[in-house]
Amino acid sequence: MLELSHVCKTFNPGTVNEKQALRDISLRLEPGDFITVIGGNGAGKSTLLNLIAGVYPCDGGTITVDNEDVTHLPEYKRANFLGRVFQDPMRGTAGDMNIEENLAMAYRRGKPRTLRWGITKEERTLYHDKLAKLGLGLEERMTNKVGLLSGGQRQALTLLMATLQRPKLLLLDEHTAALDPKTAETVLQHTNEIIGGEHLTALMVTHNMHHAIQYGNRIIMMNDGQVLFDISGEEKKGLKVEDLLERFQTAQGKELDNDRMLLN
Amino acid sequence: MDILNFLDAMHGAVAQGIIWSIMTLGVYITFRVLDFPDLTVDGSFATGAAVSAMLVGNHGMNPFLALAAALLAGMVCGFVTGFLTAKMKIPGILAGILTMTALYSINIRIMGMQAMIPLNGANTVDIVIRHAIHGISPKNSQILLGVIVAAIIIAFLYWFFGTELGCSIRATGSNPYMVRSLGVNTDTTTIIALVLSNGLVALSGGIFAQVQGSATVDIGIGTIVIGLASVIIGEVVLGKHTGFLPRLICMVIGSIIYRAIISLVLFLGLPSTDMKLLTAIIIAIALFFPTLKKGIQQRRGYHQAVNTAETNGKE
Ligand SMILES: Nc1ncnc2c1ncn2[C@@H]1O[C@H](COP(=O)(O)OP(=O)(O)OP(=O)(O)O)[C@@H](O)[C@H]1O
Ligand SMILES: [Mg+2]
Repeated sequence: MLELSHVCKTFNPGTVNEKQALRDISLRLEPGDFITVIGGNGAGKSTLLNLIAGVYPCDGGTITVDNEDVTHLPEYKRANFLGRVFQDPMRGTAGDMNIEENLAMAYRRGKPRTLRWGITKEERTLYHDKLAKLGLGLEERMTNKVGLLSGGQRQALTLLMATLQRPKLLLLDEHTAALDPKTAETVLQHTNEIIGGEHLTALMVTHNMHHAIQYGNRIIMMNDGQVLFDISGEEKKGLKVEDLLERFQTAQGKELDNDRMLLN
Repeated sequence: MDILNFLDAMHGAVAQGIIWSIMTLGVYITFRVLDFPDLTVDGSFATGAAVSAMLVGNHGMNPFLALAAALLAGMVCGFVTGFLTAKMKIPGILAGILTMTALYSINIRIMGMQAMIPLNGANTVDIVIRHAIHGISPKNSQILLGVIVAAIIIAFLYWFFGTELGCSIRATGSNPYMVRSLGVNTDTTTIIALVLSNGLVALSGGIFAQVQGSATVDIGIGTIVIGLASVIIGEVVLGKHTGFLPRLICMVIGSIIYRAIISLVLFLGLPSTDMKLLTAIIIAIALFFPTLKKGIQQRRGYHQAVNTAETNGKE
């Protein structure tokens, strides 16, 4: 469904700060793939997701979604088929607007914004039910400003917003990294349930190797702007953290040392 | 005798304040809703005044149609700033300054290369009202006109910012990243907000020129500062209320209070050239007000009160 071919990205070309963030990445996602993406700091994971989302243009290569070339589509148009949750809980919601207004914005993803009323009665019922499923009590606070919510609540809300209109592809960039371990587990549980329940195709960046192994049907390790390895199927199911480290060592010829990579 | 003079000055302040409140509502859209400091308004206020005075004074147009023309002219000004910043990616403040500067020349052209258009004996909006309602004083006719126009605009804005499009403009001001990720073209929402805002500012300028009986090239100087002062005073009045409708109404109240303060100071004998200094001081004090309030509450140790003040500050 998503296909990247020979995609590359260099930041600040021709300056002392030149940084080749992605080198010739080719990747193919099948419908229903839930891929976890791991890799050290600066490996290019966020850049990869941002290129897919159209935050900035590719320097080369093409991106197609369901055989439609989207390489040159602006970010707001690609949003029609993408759901996104970001690392920063502030980023995915409008803090000055209330919960139902945020959901109403998300409910209209992929549709033109008209002069019709911004939120309808039927929608409120829908949002109430969906929020209740999160089990955070947010359904009782639908007219509260999102700015009053905790980081975990905001992330859970963003996740709901990203999937309110079924996205062709869900992009999660370390969406639990800013949360405390317990909240992170809860949000991950919801993520897994939504992806499984609605048969979504998803790319999830994580720094936690256990999560990367535990969730999804396919795992990608990135390093220095390249895909080091790509494991799926039965092999993925039996994977252990030690296996990943070993694979890294074989591919890279050196040991993985990264403070943020959680091994335990 | 003195007290009568004072009351008369305050009466005038109310009339002026209501007419300028239409400009304040425009500034509120950019400054607070879109979170964009738009300096176009000094130019677009004068454009509205120039268009309206020219059409009424030199072409004998129906004064209400002339106001519609002023509104449209202001919308074009807003579009130019919006295009400069959203499409040409010129930083917002600079885009506003560029348009404002260009408008200075354009306004003089609109005014037929003159520094002033007098409207003596022209058929202006307040004269139409005074013909329609016998015995109404000039000031009361201005107040009546201002209240009607402000009420229509507040009703319109209340509706508009509740629509899908209006919500996406509000969200653009709150979090442009999120809005783009939800499929909204933030360039478009930015331009629409600037168009709407400057339309209102020019409408205000158009009415002002008609009721004061002239348009001058420098009529718009300091508009943005007056607008900001009025918005901030309005917010102080608003206090803890969070509804959008009270918020809009407080913009009108803020404009009236601003005019009242200025009138009071003039009444006490300060020269009118000190008004700009005074306005700057009012803004500084009004901006300091939330911080001051928080400080006092903290000293009293009301933890809950502090939290509310913080959330108020975020809005
Ligand atoms: N907007 C930018 N401008 C310049 N350089 C950038 C930009 N974004 C990313 N980079 C650089 O590109 C490289 C890849 O960054 P990226 O954010 O994709 O890494 P990452 O794998 O997401 O890392 P992390 O685990 O720290 O989030 C880094 O060296 C980074 O400094
Ligand atoms: Mg990253």
